[in-house]
This record gives sequence, structure tokens and C-alpha cells, in this order.
Amino acid sequence: MSDSKIAIRVDDLTVAYNFKPVLWDIDLEVPEGVLMAIVGPNGAGKSTLIKSILGIIDPIAGSVSIYGKPYDKQRKLVAYVPQKGSVDWDFPTTALDVVMMGTYGKLGWIKRPGAKQKKAALEALEKVGMLPFKSRQISQLSGGQQQRVFLARALVQNAAIYFMDEPFQGVDATTEIAIINILKELRKAGKTVVVVHHDLQTVPEYFDWVTFLNVKKIATGPVKDIFNDDNLTKTYGINYKVAVNQ
Amino acid sequence: MELSDYFSQLFSDYTLRTITLGTAILGAICGMLGSFAVLRKQSLLGDAISHAALPGIAIAFLITGTKDSNILLLGALVSGLIGTFWIRGMITKTHLKSDTALGLVLSLFFGFGMLLLTFIQKQPNANQAGLDKYLFGQAATLVESDVMLMAIVTGICLVIMLLFWKEFKILLFDADYTKTLGFNTRFIDVLITFFIVLAIVLGLQTVGVVLMSAMLLAPAAAARQWTNKLSVMIVLAAIFGAFSGVFGTAISASQNNLSTGPVIVLVAGVFVVVSFVFSPGRGILFKQLRKYQNRRDLKLQKTLQFMFDIAKTHENISHPHAIKILNNFQGYTRASLKEMEEKEWVKVRGQKWAMTEKGYDAAVNLYKNN
Repeated sequence: MSDSKIAIRVDDLTVAYNFKPVLWDIDLEVPEGVLMAIVGPNGAGKSTLIKSILGIIDPIAGSVSIYGKPYDKQRKLVAYVPQKGSVDWDFPTTALDVVMMGTYGKLGWIKRPGAKQKKAALEALEKVGMLPFKSRQISQLSGGQQQRVFLARALVQNAAIYFMDEPFQGVDATTEIAIINILKELRKAGKTVVVVHHDLQTVPEYFDWVTFLNVKKIATGPVKDIFNDDNLTKTYGINYKVAVNQ
Repeated sequence: MELSDYFSQLFSDYTLRTITLGTAILGAICGMLGSFAVLRKQSLLGDAISHAALPGIAIAFLITGTKDSNILLLGALVSGLIGTFWIRGMITKTHLKSDTALGLVLSLFFGFGMLLLTFIQKQPNANQAGLDKYLFGQAATLVESDVMLMAIVTGICLVIMLLFWKEFKILLFDADYTKTLGFNTRFIDVLITFFIVLAIVLGLQTVGVVLMSAMLLAPAAAARQWTNKLSVMIVLAAIFGAFSGVFGTAISASQNNLSTGPVIVLVAGVFVVVSFVFSPGRGILFKQLRKYQNRRDLKLQKTLQFMFDIAKTHENISHPHAIKILNNFQGYTRASLKEMEEKEWVKVRGQKWAMTEKGYDAAVNLYKNN
């Protein structure tokens, strides 16, 4: 692993809703090429952290840089997979159409996607095993299939950094394995992947980097060094020894 | 006048033609933009905006003293936009939910508008009467310049929509994601909202403040039932809207004392009801039919499986068995046996049945699929 280059750098990030801090003074450095889990209890601000890095939520303080430059100038290097539940899946459109949306950013205003974009979208669908469903209305896809479509939409962006908000939520074992294999492939290709993750059991198996978050940053670093009872207890407030060692 | 008279006079009678053209264009633009409102889950926005336009009409009259519809509608546009920005402001700055913000703006602006209308009616001014036509609309007052204005706005709206099609679509589906791609979502949002306000203001003279939101929502809600494609939905909504305008005008022109606005809205309502019941994909009727069909198929398949389990114990699968043994199986009826015979799954001879090759294969495939 090369930790020579810092892909994402967050300084003093603070977010508050209703005067209540949701994220408090977060400093974070994510080296290039890691597959990082963000873990923490409900309400720890995991999704908020991703969303404020991506500019979806305005922080009250702090800054974000991607490869040393402000995020605003580096958007094309970044892809986002939102939570599946954040959109209305009854929207009148097909799986292929949703994946095509991943090409809109590079196209910019007004320009329409063409044959090149369609080819890229089909390749991405193929990669997530959804090619046979390309013309399916998205409401007729299962939860796992919808998650794969979202993943394909991000893949088509061909970014350097991927942010994913709970990609394993509500998917079956087959889809989970398919998704994690794709994430590992991304890492192999030198991409940086940041995943909001809930299942502590799978952290050592899936990820090589981890950030413990509970409003404040508790710890961040390689899984083999810092994924231990001490940090888990600090993050979740109860003794996690039993749960993890079982 | 009979309905047929209406259509024969449509091309010769200037007034009738103007009104029909006006309501058709209005229906089309409302259907188009209403699709956006429905898909953004902002169905009530139209209602709030149209009510918010009322004080603008009254104030424009108080300031200028004219009843020139263009000037009054300009007033409506300004106060409609103010209402819209209040709603947006309330939602983002306070922690009120959007339905609360919409309801507040709707009733406050409408109340203020009504207050001004009653004030105007008490003024000793011969010019005052007729402002209340904006409450329920009066299509008969449409003149050629009004229709021209509608056509121009619809044309501009169409061009903008085609130009920013991709941006509109992605914003409607996933606004957060759109932001991460680097698009200025506020700009797209304001553009959509501005056109919705414009369409509403254009419709006030014809349909009126109170019923205007139905013009936006009904054609779009009906169109959604027939398609799973955004472009088709918008075209269909425009067509439904236009037809509602034409039929509504025709019906109200052929019957005395039926005011046009409400009739147009009712016709649009008929489109909605028909779509909810009869559309093939999402309609209640076909859904129910499919459910019934599935239940019947399942019953047949279960019976076939039962028979298969008996037949496979014999070397010859077509070995005949007594029909009586089927009585032990729940779900078996004479009718289902007959249906299976029609499908050539079994052969029935007297009081015995025998499985066919085809039936055997069908049963094997059932197991495979489950």
C-alpha cells in the first residue's frame, strides 16, 4: 500500500443541525488506494461526513481537499453512491437510463449522451451483472439489483475516489459478495473507496483501512493496527469484546 | 348549441376558436410542467402558488386602475413568485415541513387577496367589477393577444425543456447526486419552478385561482399510469391537458350556464379516473385480472405437481390413475382437470386420468424453476 499520496484530506470539519453538533472538528486523511470503512453507531454522523465532504450538506466550518486541491475543482475525480432509499424508485425510467446519469457530469450542461456514453453504461451494467435487466423499469428491480444499478452509475463515472453510503444495506448475500468483489477490484486498480459500513463482523475481511466515528473522530488507520476492542469500546460506548471475538 | 354544432362552428367562429385554442395550449403547458411537479412530489406547490397570485392581481388593479389582463397577470406573477420564495425560504431556513409551509403561504396569501378584493368591490369605481373572475376563471374573456402570450410562453418553455432535458431529468430523480456531479441544482430548480409559476399565472384567467392546481396535476397523474418513460409521460400529459381544454370548452359552450374552468377540470378528472382503472401496467382493473390469473395458474401448477408425484412412481408415466385419488388433494376441481386436459398435460378417459409427456415435462420444469 502506498501511503505516499493523500487522496482525501478533511480539516476541522464541523456540521450542526439545530445547534446540535453532528460532526465535531473532524480531521481526516485518507491515503490513495485504500478501501476504507467508516463505522460508528446510529447518529454518529457517518452519512453526514460523506455528504459534507461531497458538498451536499454545508458544514459550518472546515475544508475538504481532494489530491491537494479544493473539492470544487476536483469533482470529476469523485463518484458517489447514495443510500438506496434516498430516491423514489417508482420514477419513470430504466436501469440503463439511471446508469447513463453517471456520464452527465463529464458531459456538462446541455450536451446529450451519445453512443460512447451508452457503451460505457452498458459495460458498467455488465460489470455489476445487471446487463440482462438494462431495459427494466427501476421499480421492478429487487433491492439488491437497485443497489447494483447505483454502483454501476458510479462506476461509469470512472472516478479516482468513490464514496458509498451503506451499499450493503438490505441486499442479499450474493449481491453483497458481488459488490465487495467490485470494490476490491477498484482498490486493485489504485482507486480509493470510502464506505459507510454497519456490519462490524465483516470489517477485517472487507476493508484494509477504517475510521471510527461518533460525532468526533475516534481513530483512523489500517484495520490490522487499529481495529481493536479499545477503539470499538470508545466508539460504541459498550464493551465490544464478546461480539467481535465470537 | 349541440356538441356537434360546436365542432362545426369551431373553424368559423372567431371567439370559439380563440377560446378553444387558448384552453388547449393552457392544458398542454400545464400537463407538461405538472409532470415535473408530480415527480418532484411538489403537487401542492401549484395550489399554493395559484392562491398566492391573488393579492398580486388585486394590488396591480389598485395601483394601475386598469383591468388589462396582461397587467393584472404581471401582478399575479410577482406575488406568485414571492409566495414561492417564501415557501422555499421557510423550508430551508426553519424546520417546518414543506406541507406546513405550503399551507401557510396558500392561506395567508389567499386571505390577503380576498381582503383586497372585498375592499376593491366597495370602492365607488365603475371599473371594479369582474376581478372575481380570477377566482374561478372565465374562459370567455380570452382574446387573441392572451392566446398569443400563452403560445409564446409555451414555446419558450418547450425550448428550455429540450435544452435542459438531461439536467431536469437527473434533478427530478436524484437531486443530491446531481449536485455531486457539479451541476448547479439551485439554478435548475429555480428554472423549473419559474416555469410552473408562469403556467399557473397564464391559467388564472381561464381556470381561476381555486382550481388551477388540478390543471397541473390531473393530466400528469393520468399520464404516469400509461408509461414508464419520462419523455412519453410528459408528451401524454400535454396531450391529456390539451384534450381536457378542448372538450371542456366544447361541453361548456354547448350547454348554457356551465362555466368553462370547472368543466375543463372535470374532464381532466375523467382522464385520471379512466387511467387509474384501465391503464394496462398500473391500472386497478388489469392488476386485479393479473392477480386472478396468477392465482389460477398457481392452483393448476399445484395440482400438476401432485399428479406428477403420483405418476413418477410408475415406470410408464402415462399409466392411468383413478380421478378419485385427486379428491384427497386440496385445490383440485373438475374445472381445473378440464383445463389441464386443454393444455394437453393430461388425458382423461372415463374415470381415469393419465399424464402426458408434455405434462411430465411441464412438471419437471416447475421443479426446476422453484
